[in-house]
Amino acid sequence: MARPVQYNVKNEGGKVITVAEMPEGYQGEGFFAAKLSDVVGLARKNSIWPLPFATSCCGIEFMATMASHYDLARFGAERVGFSPRQCDLLMVMGTIAKKMAPVVKQVYLQMAEPRWVIAVGACASSGGIFDTYSVLQGIDQVVPVDVYVPGCPPRPEAILDGFMKIQELVGKEDLRRRNSDRYKALLESYGIQ
Amino acid sequence: MSMTNEYIQERLVNQFGEAISNIEAPYGMFSFEVPKEMNLKVMQFLFDDDQLKFRFLTDICAVHYPDDKGRELAVVYHLHNLEDNVRIRMKVFTDINQPDVFTATSLFSTANWMERETYDFYGVNFVGHPNLKRILNVDEMDYFPLRKEFPLEDQTRIDKDDEMFGRGGSIR
Repeated sequence: MARPVQYNVKNEGGKVITVAEMPEGYQGEGFFAAKLSDVVGLARKNSIWPLPFATSCCGIEFMATMASHYDLARFGAERVGFSPRQCDLLMVMGTIAKKMAPVVKQVYLQMAEPRWVIAVGACASSGGIFDTYSVLQGIDQVVPVDVYVPGCPPRPEAILDGFMKIQELVGKEDLRRRNSDRYKALLESYGIQ
Repeated sequence: MSMTNEYIQERLVNQFGEAISNIEAPYGMFSFEVPKEMNLKVMQFLFDDDQLKFRFLTDICAVHYPDDKGRELAVVYHLHNLEDNVRIRMKVFTDINQPDVFTATSLFSTANWMERETYDFYGVNFVGHPNLKRILNVDEMDYFPLRKEFPLEDQTRIDKDDEMFGRGGSIR
C-alpha cells in the first residue's frame, strides 16, 4: 500500500505554478506526433550555451545574473563557455572599442551555425555615452545582432528579459532560415562567407 | 649647493645662453622652452651633468595651440632627478605643417613608447624613431584625435539624450 502524501498538499501561499506549453501536435495512445521544427526549437531554446564577451560594467551585471539570486542556469544556460566552441549565443556586454571590433567579429566567425547575438547595454548597442573617436558605435557594425538590451547598465532582470526574447526567437526559428537567401544576404552585408 | 630652480636656470643659461626662453615656475615646477633643433643637446646636458642628473624621463606629451601660428604643437618633456627628487619641464614648439622633432629614444629607452603615443594622438613626427606607428588607436585612422581640429558635437542632437544616462535633464 502506498504511503499517503501528508505534507505541502495545500499550496497555502497560493503560488502560481506555471507549466510549459507542449508543442502543437497530434496525440494518441502511446504516441505524439509534432512538427520537427517545434521539437528542435524546444530543445535548442532550453539548452542555450552563452558565450559571454564582457568588457565593462555590463559584464559585472551579467555576473550577478549568473549568480544564485537571478540564476541564469534556470533557463538551461548552466554552461557558459568562454570559447566559441559549441556555444550558440554570443553575449556582448560592455564598450567595444574600434580596436576590439575585429576580435568580436573573429569570435563570431568561429562560432558554428546556428548562432545568435545579444547586445547588452547602451555601449554594445549604440556606443552609449562614449560618442568618441575610439569607440565602435554599436556592435551591429561588425556582427548581426538579434536582441538589444537597453540600460546603462541593465539590471539582471533586463538581461534575463533579453535572454528570454532570444529563447523566443530560437524556439520559433524555421529550420530553413539559415539557408535562406535573405539570411545569406544579411551575412553578405557583413562580409561573412 | 642645493637644487633650486635658480641654480638649474643659472646652469642652463650659462651653457646655452639665449636658447633658453620662456622660463617660468608654475606651482614651483621649473619650466623652460628651447628651440626644437636643440632638444637633444639640452636633454643630454641635463642627463650627463654631475650636479643636475636629470636621468629619468617621466613622460612626453604634446599640446595643441591652434591659434599660435607657426608654433601650434608643443612637445613637453617631463624630466626627473631621482636622487634629489626634483622635477622640471622642457618644451619645444613646432609648426603643425612640419611637425618634425628629433627623437629622444637614444637617450631614454622609455621614449620609444611615449613618442609613439604622442604621434598617435597629435601627429608629431619624431625623426629617427625606430618604429613610429600608431600604438593605441586603430591603424585605419586618418586623423590625429587630440588635435583641436574638429567641430564640437552638434548640441541639438536628440538621439543620445543625457536623461537616458541619468545625467542632467530633470535630475537636480
